[in-house]
Amino acid sequence: MTDFKIILEITKTHLLSRFKQSSIAALGVTFGIGTFIVLVSFMTGLNNMLDGLTLNRTPHIHIYNEIKPSEVQPIDRSEEYKNSYNVIRSIKPKRSQERIHNALPLMAVLTKDNRVKGITSQVAAKVFYISGSIELNGVVNGINVADEVKLFNFGDYIIKGSPENLLRNSNGILLGAGLADKMSLSVGDRLQLSSVNGGVFPLKVVGIFQSGLADIDNIQSYVNLKTAQEFLGEGSNYISDINVKLWDIDKAFLFSKEISKQHQVTAIDIKTANAQFETGTTIRNLITYSVSITLLIVAGFGIYNILNMLIYEKMNDIAILKATGFSGNDVKLIFISQALIIGLIGGLLGLIFGLFISILIDHTPFETQALPTIKTFPVNFKILYYVIGIIFALVSTFLAGYLPARRAQSIDPVDVIRGQ
Amino acid sequence: MSTIIEANNINKYFRKPMLFHVLKDISFNINKGEFVSIMGKSGCGKSTLLYILSTMDTDYEGELILGGQKLTGKSGNELSKVRNEKIGFVFQFHYLLPEFSVLQNVMLPARKLGRKSYNEIEKDAMKSLSLLGIGDQAKKKASMISGGEKQRAAIARALINDPKIIMGDEPTGNLDSKNSDNVFNIFRQLSSELGISLLMVTHDQDFAKNTDRIIEMEDGHIIG
Ligand SMILES: Nc1ncnc2c1ncn2[C@@H]1O[C@H](COP(=O)(O)OP(=O)(O)OP(=O)(O)O)[C@@H](O)[C@H]1O
Ligand SMILES: [Mg+2]
Repeated sequence: MTDFKIILEITKTHLLSRFKQSSIAALGVTFGIGTFIVLVSFMTGLNNMLDGLTLNRTPHIHIYNEIKPSEVQPIDRSEEYKNSYNVIRSIKPKRSQERIHNALPLMAVLTKDNRVKGITSQVAAKVFYISGSIELNGVVNGINVADEVKLFNFGDYIIKGSPENLLRNSNGILLGAGLADKMSLSVGDRLQLSSVNGGVFPLKVVGIFQSGLADIDNIQSYVNLKTAQEFLGEGSNYISDINVKLWDIDKAFLFSKEISKQHQVTAIDIKTANAQFETGTTIRNLITYSVSITLLIVAGFGIYNILNMLIYEKMNDIAILKATGFSGNDVKLIFISQALIIGLIGGLLGLIFGLFISILIDHTPFETQALPTIKTFPVNFKILYYVIGIIFALVSTFLAGYLPARRAQSIDPVDVIRGQ
Repeated sequence: MSTIIEANNINKYFRKPMLFHVLKDISFNINKGEFVSIMGKSGCGKSTLLYILSTMDTDYEGELILGGQKLTGKSGNELSKVRNEKIGFVFQFHYLLPEFSVLQNVMLPARKLGRKSYNEIEKDAMKSLSLLGIGDQAKKKASMISGGEKQRAAIARALINDPKIIMGDEPTGNLDSKNSDNVFNIFRQLSSELGISLLMVTHDQDFAKNTDRIIEMEDGHIIG
């Protein structure tokens, strides 16, 4: 084995003697890798933010009682028509309550299950908001505010006041931002809720929340669980929704099936409820990688070109090296290491460049009505992307250098010497 | 006297642009310490023969033996090693790597061989350069020195691994008569004092006259 130091020395001399071209080749790699880092950090930052937006406030499993027609109709039970093809038109669901049947025992079972991180219970009621002469319809949810803050980051969406205010004030209400706007209400003001069956409840605004989704902010508000139950004239066993957060989100699907089968309730897991999010994430990743690979291919062609040119210029050197006993392999190694050094330097600069731009983006203000918790553009700083980046740089420059190096390996010194 | 190089019935053809029989049944020996010159008209095949003897050209028929070792049929990597260790080569043009110093150029084959330490190699190289009268140019870049100096640096490089034989293709071809004499004397010294065999292609009658033996070529044959 040849002393690798001579190979590197020759490599270095070649690169330095063509400093401008080598730098331009390295800059191509820098640009490719830098763009990759910026894109992937920004895109995944965006992904995480959007996913987080959903994941934070979406229960992994949502349990409720869906009102739907009975699956088994009386005629299906009849022996006489058992072998017939029965068609029934205009099936209507039976009138039943919106509450979850036996909610308290179900909650006890769920709390004990070791897959469950925590549960919250809610009471939903349709209401009219009355303030002065304005009457708006909407939905009020009775919640256990401490649990909601703990499990679903409820506090992030309160833009005025605080969730604790609701805890302290049993007649308090957290109003959706859209509602507050329409009724010109602010923290400390009063309004009345009227239920569908006519009862009227006076409440005090203790906070304003903004979810980022106008459809929700225009109709939704939150009160204490007990307040909502009283409002509906029901007891403490009246629960309309149970939200479950699991330790492992991937177990949600099977677990939801299990719950709905064992407890005769409707249980929907997060993936089924939000199928579009996975697709969005995949597509954004796809864009990131394809743009980066395209840039690296362009950079690779640059390196390929420059090495080819260099080999043409260094034909005499190659012939001399071969005549004095360097093997074809040595010569190949010289040019491959040139490519790799261009890749390494260009790649490292690319990482630094990418990191710098990422930090810049991370500090760029980005405030939007829709995302009250976000103050700057989201960037995901993850060491893995930097590792992938440098591997990318080395692999692509190796591939770009391989063909020219092979050509150098097979140059016949006799042809070169005779050509003089 | 022991034979250093032995060529047996060497035939060489060029196939492009048409079939051309360049070397016809070439056979000869060179002994240890012998100083041999090859002469002949332009185009008779001297360079072609030298490329075969120096193992750079492997596309021939016949047999080539160096120091008792058969070289014909060896792989490219093995032949590189043989060239590195046992053969010194002096070209007519483009002698050195232009971006390296003269000293680095001379040291290169020894560093490839890796038999001695860097410092020993450096000392040997300096000694050769001084012997050839260009010790003071050692640190200069190879592209900065004159043609005659380059030629001598190339000879120093050919010497660095103590080869069995040094081959040259018109090594004094573009030197003035003073430098040419100088180089000739160095060769003479190498063969008599160090016992290195020399095989030099030349057009210079005076140069050839003073060597131990002249191989005369014509039309791909050896005629004397
Ligand atoms: N690659 C090649 N393809 C075809 N013919 C070649 C090739 N190289 C050399 N020849 C021919 O082979 C013959 C011998 O060439 P060579 O270079 O060995 O001559 P030479 O004796 O060294 O001549 P000179 O004294 O001018 O250097 C010439 O006629 C030349 O035209
Ligand atoms: Mg010739």
